[in-house]
Amino acid sequence: MSRKLFKFKGGVHLSGHKAESNARPLHAAPLPGKLVIPLRQHIGNPAKPVIEVGERVLKGQMIGAADGYISAAVHASSSGIVTAIGPAAVPHISGLPDLCITIETDGRDEWIAHAPLDYQAMAAADLRMKLRDMGIAGLGGAVFPSAVKLDPGAAHSCPTLIINGGECEPWITCDDMLMRNRAGEILQGVAVMRHLLGSTEILVGIEDNKPEAIAAMQAAAQSLDFAIEVVAVPAIYPAGGAKQMIETLTGKQVPSGKLSTDIGIQVFNVGTAYALACAVHHGEPLISRLVTVTGHVLRPQNFEVLIGTPMHTLITLAGERDGSTGALMGGPMMGMPMPDLEVPVVKATNCILVKSAELFPPLPKALPCIRCTRCADACPAELQPQELFRFAKAGDFGRAQEYHLFDCIECGCCSYVCPSHIPLVDFYRYAKSEIWAREKEKRAADLARERHEFREFRLAREKKDKAEKLAAKAQAARAQAALDQAKHAKLPAAPAPELAAAPSDADAKKALIAAALARAQAKKAEVAPKNTDHLLPGTQREIEEIEARRAKIHELARQPLESEEKKP
Amino acid sequence: MLTAILVMVVLAVTVGLVLGWSAVRFKVEGNPLAEKIDAILPQTQCGQCGFPGCRPYAEAIAKGEADINQCPPGGEEGIKKLAELLGVEPKPLDEAHGAPKPKSVAFIDEQLCIGCTLCIQACPVDAISGAAKQMHTIIAAECTGCELCVAPCPVDCIAMVPIAEDLPHWKWKYPVIELKRVA
Repeated sequence: MSRKLFKFKGGVHLSGHKAESNARPLHAAPLPGKLVIPLRQHIGNPAKPVIEVGERVLKGQMIGAADGYISAAVHASSSGIVTAIGPAAVPHISGLPDLCITIETDGRDEWIAHAPLDYQAMAAADLRMKLRDMGIAGLGGAVFPSAVKLDPGAAHSCPTLIINGGECEPWITCDDMLMRNRAGEILQGVAVMRHLLGSTEILVGIEDNKPEAIAAMQAAAQSLDFAIEVVAVPAIYPAGGAKQMIETLTGKQVPSGKLSTDIGIQVFNVGTAYALACAVHHGEPLISRLVTVTGHVLRPQNFEVLIGTPMHTLITLAGERDGSTGALMGGPMMGMPMPDLEVPVVKATNCILVKSAELFPPLPKALPCIRCTRCADACPAELQPQELFRFAKAGDFGRAQEYHLFDCIECGCCSYVCPSHIPLVDFYRYAKSEIWAREKEKRAADLARERHEFREFRLAREKKDKAEKLAAKAQAARAQAALDQAKHAKLPAAPAPELAAAPSDADAKKALIAAALARAQAKKAEVAPKNTDHLLPGTQREIEEIEARRAKIHELARQPLESEEKKP
Repeated sequence: MLTAILVMVVLAVTVGLVLGWSAVRFKVEGNPLAEKIDAILPQTQCGQCGFPGCRPYAEAIAKGEADINQCPPGGEEGIKKLAELLGVEPKPLDEAHGAPKPKSVAFIDEQLCIGCTLCIQACPVDAISGAAKQMHTIIAAECTGCELCVAPCPVDCIAMVPIAEDLPHWKWKYPVIELKRVA
């Protein structure tokens, strides 16, 4: 341990509760009779179903295709028949259903044909697309599609690659067990990451409360053909947060509103590295993960679980006990209470923590904030939680954003230390989701404004076009009428002086009337009595003058206001 | 005396020229206040305020011809924002212009639609697709829920469907915490 370590601000010391679940060996959970696989398991667009109800699917077959760049595919975790594609309960705090694919398993667990990828021979972009289609997403908690994170971009490069084995949250031991049992595979995955990102420095950060995992990873690192440093970091919550891990290992802070890649660092969870190794070296998509089942159960332990397995099955396997008061997905600090235990295990499920009144007594009633700023001392993101609380409570979201609300990682340190027992993080989550909702509304309003303005413009344009078209038609008709009249009168120059001398600046209305008159005249001329055919020029002129007077009277009658204005 | 007058005259002329030039050079197109008001309005274009759209209402407020409490879709929050912008006291929504309703989108029962295009002509944001004697349908993502298409429909095949809460639209609720009573 020659490496100089840095200390991030704040954090809290928590009792680990790791020994409960990491003493028992890792087991594969048995195949359940029914798998419910949500299509939205990652950040970004949900996957689009590519199979139909009634179809037989094989283990590892893609059942939902990635939709867009920031998305990932989902796969059948075992072979069986698709019985439903529709809304079903998902592990979300709201209890709202989401689109899921239900598979009735046939017990044969029959794999689809799959082969390892020759990643060194593949183009980087192809490899990333392949990983997206294999459903690889971050297993540390955020479930961000890994293919996107593995793209260093044209301008960026990621000289430093950090593999996060921190697992700082109490009770959870799935990463610990993965590192103890599958260190070699994890490092194979790291090799693929290194290949894609071109990293020169690779660090594995593991909290020092996991000596077996550190030893296993160090042993595995010996046999690698590139340098990798396994570093034990002090166990202080939240040392396993990506930004905190970066600071501990490198001393660098990710600037507010920036990504770690902006300072040349990319962070992946050990579970993601393992999933990547399975995908590349065995051609197996992400269909299973390690899940810690702990808390108020008889035999707390880790299982290798197929995605889509109901959580209740795992709790039964670990030995259900009386007096449970629900379960959390995740740890006690950041975990989400599950509305229902029939919800499936998803890519984000690292732990199922069964609660009981003894282990997790209900929080004492809250007292008003006394602005003691203990939360500010504990905040690892260097925020002012007491101010954020004040703004969020008052609905002053603009000020909350000015105080860098979005740098909050929701680690729960502030709520943990609060002597008034105020659920501070709940207020930040509320404020964040209100701000997002408002931004969404604003975008919708801008779209509506744009469309409304374009509609107004379109209507005005159509009206103008119509008027112009009519005017042109009228002019043509007038010319035609003049020509016809000239033919009839056999006098090329004389006929209809008022009409023929069509003033070019005549407004559209006048033109319209003129056109109508001309049309009427033309019609009249067609059906004109024969005795008016060969008239003397004098008589003809007389008739025309009468006609013109008539036209004028018509015009005056139609536009009383306009003519009145003209008179004086 | 004369010098003083001369100095004042020269000053007045120079300042006048500068002011005149800047009036032309830095002329602001449109009414900036109306612009700001329009940015607050929800752009439903429903006309419940008594004006044909959000922009005319914004202009009327800017001119002082309309009150700030005539927009039901904007609700209390919209009134508050307008009051803050204009430096006036917020007031309750004028009931004469309607009550706030949950956000909805129009839905056309395509079995009943006769393809008369009347709703298409009524829609202020072109969110209905269809043609004469062809079935019409609402582009839900662009519908503002203004209800202007409901009245013209001769066969009453348009209904307003409130937007149900689903996962992508779910929001964290305001935390309700029980406070300990301290005597």
